Amino acid sequence: MATAVVTTERENYINSEYGIRSWLLTTDHKRIALLYLLSITFFFFIGGFFALLIRLELLTPAGDLVQADTYNKLFTMHGQIMVFFFLIPSIPAVLGNFLVPMMIGAKDLAFPRINLLSWYLYIFGGCMMLHCIVTGGVDTGWTFYTPFSTAFTNTKVIEAGLSIFIVGFSSILTGLNFVVSIHRMRAPGLTWSRLPLFLWSIYATSIIFLLGTPVLAITLLLLIFERAFHLGIFDPTRGGDPLLFQHLFWFYSHPAVYIMILPAMGVVSEIIPCFSRKRVFGYSFVAMSSIAIAVFGFLVWAHHMFVAGISLYSALFFSILSYLVAVPSAVKVFNWTATMYKGSISFSTPMLYALGFIGLFTIGGLTGLFLAALGFDVHVTDTYFVIAHFHYIMVGGAVMGYLGGLHFWWPKISGRMYPEAWGRLAAAIVFIGFNLTFFPQFILGYMGMPRRYWQYPPEFQVLNVFSTAGSTILAVGYLLPMIYMLWSLRYGKIAGDNPWGAAGLEWKTASPPPTFNFDETPEVTWEAYNYDEIPMPEEVSLER
Amino acid sequence: MGLTPNIERLRGSKNMFETFPLWPVQASTIAGQLDLLYVFLLLLSLVTCTAIFTTITVFAIKYRRRHGREAEQIHGSIILEIAWSVIPLGIFLVIFAWGAIIYFHERTPPRDSTEIYTVAKQWMWKFQHPEGQREINELHVPVGRDVKLILTSQDVIHSFYVPAFRIKQDVLPGRYVTAWFRATKPGTYHLFCAEYCGTMHSGMLGQIVVMDPSDYQTWLATSRTFGSLAAAGQSQFEQLGCPTCHRFETQGRGPTLNGVYGNPVTLEDGRTVIADENYIRESVLNPGAKIVSGFKNIMPVFQGLVDEEQMNELVAYVKSLSVPPAGSAGNPTLIPPGTQPQHPKE
Repeated sequence: MATAVVTTERENYINSEYGIRSWLLTTDHKRIALLYLLSITFFFFIGGFFALLIRLELLTPAGDLVQADTYNKLFTMHGQIMVFFFLIPSIPAVLGNFLVPMMIGAKDLAFPRINLLSWYLYIFGGCMMLHCIVTGGVDTGWTFYTPFSTAFTNTKVIEAGLSIFIVGFSSILTGLNFVVSIHRMRAPGLTWSRLPLFLWSIYATSIIFLLGTPVLAITLLLLIFERAFHLGIFDPTRGGDPLLFQHLFWFYSHPAVYIMILPAMGVVSEIIPCFSRKRVFGYSFVAMSSIAIAVFGFLVWAHHMFVAGISLYSALFFSILSYLVAVPSAVKVFNWTATMYKGSISFSTPMLYALGFIGLFTIGGLTGLFLAALGFDVHVTDTYFVIAHFHYIMVGGAVMGYLGGLHFWWPKISGRMYPEAWGRLAAAIVFIGFNLTFFPQFILGYMGMPRRYWQYPPEFQVLNVFSTAGSTILAVGYLLPMIYMLWSLRYGKIAGDNPWGAAGLEWKTASPPPTFNFDETPEVTWEAYNYDEIPMPEEVSLER
Repeated sequence: MGLTPNIERLRGSKNMFETFPLWPVQASTIAGQLDLLYVFLLLLSLVTCTAIFTTITVFAIKYRRRHGREAEQIHGSIILEIAWSVIPLGIFLVIFAWGAIIYFHERTPPRDSTEIYTVAKQWMWKFQHPEGQREINELHVPVGRDVKLILTSQDVIHSFYVPAFRIKQDVLPGRYVTAWFRATKPGTYHLFCAEYCGTMHSGMLGQIVVMDPSDYQTWLATSRTFGSLAAAGQSQFEQLGCPTCHRFETQGRGPTLNGVYGNPVTLEDGRTVIADENYIRESVLNPGAKIVSGFKNIMPVFQGLVDEEQMNELVAYVKSLSVPPAGSAGNPTLIPPGTQPQHPKE
């Protein structure tokens, strides 16, 4: 197997320059994507470690593994790290950075140095968050609700808030780069109606980055000023309103859910056509549903506040809008399913992740319909039902999409194939571990177990034991890809330019691509997903 | 950390496998309605998931890659797109309406409810009954009677959550919010704080003890009380010197408070507001916020001088000064006979 093939490798973005400086000062979008890949993987495993500690604490009803304050810090930092330092940058900053210029047939993004700046902002914010964690941490929950965060906790709210404020700018710059590049730098012939659906979803995501993240920045600044100088914006004893904070926070943080899921939907929209050898069903509906989700996503924030003390009529308004935003998501699921109809389907690892995505996202989406029903939300909001629901979307959806995408484009990124059998095994382990971890939490939530509980009544224990058992399986499922992908860098089979026989400009250049992606600017004369014109290589089809 | 007793008090056995419930107890009028919606949603999800997953599985098997078979290129279908947008939307609107009806029901306290003032603080629940009984982390209520909670927080945001009743309401500092329920089944049920509130959030537990009306009478009669809430409010009113300006027989420097509660008040800036609990509260703590037409802003600010429980007593007292306020504390004529004690014995 591991025969070291000594060939004169052609120059590519990895071997074009050597030395740490060539990486830290690079403006190559592909190298920046790898910098992001390393950094978010680091944060993913930190956040995952906190999650495991949380699950271990919840193995027994009594609070016995860690102190209550420690537990509160664990779930706070698990949330903050996973949301702001892993999920939000995951697909956009890694796969997006790597693929957007190649998919549009460009040499790089519109602003390569701003792209590097965004990574440095991410690292600066990330170091600040790490410093905050090792010097005491923060215990407000990732939501920073006032007045607890401004006047009652004595943990490091300001530092955590500032680090998220800073990392927010890295998202804004990434979004700006994508929007400008997609508008201005498409190859000749690559019209909007020929864009890969991944780009449509990245475009929709970038719009949210640009319009939503500044609101988060303002909200965090208000929070910091309130805590430091007692301005009274959110303090009822000074005429402020704690609910104002929740409105501002969710105005960003609900669209942020779509920041996490839209790119994953984009990945799935690439994988399913490729492994079905078919044009995606209803291309323009899938594309437009991304835009619809981004737009409607800004109008549903108060569905996080149905029991917070908002008026009956505004609750009605936000409930019905939440149902409207569910329609484009449903449309996507139906179109992906229809894409498989009369296809020629093979089941390589990326396809397994994509199918897993559809399953888990469907469950996450359906339980979202439960939560948008006002009377129902009253009972289950702030319980484990909500925890299960958003993990089905953000882990079952976004992380499955991310892993699927990483496997799909790994041959392009590294020039090597990951070991297929291990890939399928890991995908199965992730799927089983995920469901065992989070499905019991739906039942726990309807039973009434509140979230953020360090200790709980004994009748909830059995389901918690299932959940904890599942989380250890899930952990194995996440460690495996990291191990075999590192292994494949050296021992993996040489991939070739287009191992999947996939459509899309990124597959028309070498693997790994040269520094400027294409030897000459490509000209697009075909529609997206022209799978009738591309054969699938024998190796893939024989592996089934 | 002093938590063990709280946990011990909770129902449930030591052996985790002895109780393994998958459905919460139904103990309020709302619970049945909500469970019906839940069952509907579960069936709907089951049907949807089965349909989607079966389709995917069938496609995956039937159209798996085989030699000599090419994929058939299909671009889409407008009719299908419209169908699978409009049909789900129709179903969504049904769920929306169903959920909204339950919500309206559960957010609108019946007019003749018993009012219980609730103060949440890190990390306990305090209850004040209209007849003067006070409880901490435990609330006794009779079966079959509408109970309205008037809740406020002394510090951070908490949330009043009783899974057996399927009700939850965030409790905010600086204002009153309300919740209500009618218990249907005697028993002891969990009261959880559902909004994260600091170190001992998971220790902010209480229990709701639902009793038969006769047992409840006995409980009321045997629990200690210091006079009705309104009476306690009256003595607060006098101690704080309020009667100097707020006079009853003659017009003082402040408006008279007879019949204020529940009625419109015209303000100096021309607006008209209904004098509800939040209005009374604000007028004590921060009187300059809303000046009654014809009066000057001369009342001292009581923010910080009156704690939440005293505030509740004052509100109960001012409410008792209104002759026909629906469901006001200390107005026995409005209470349906047979379920409510006339006057608890000292």
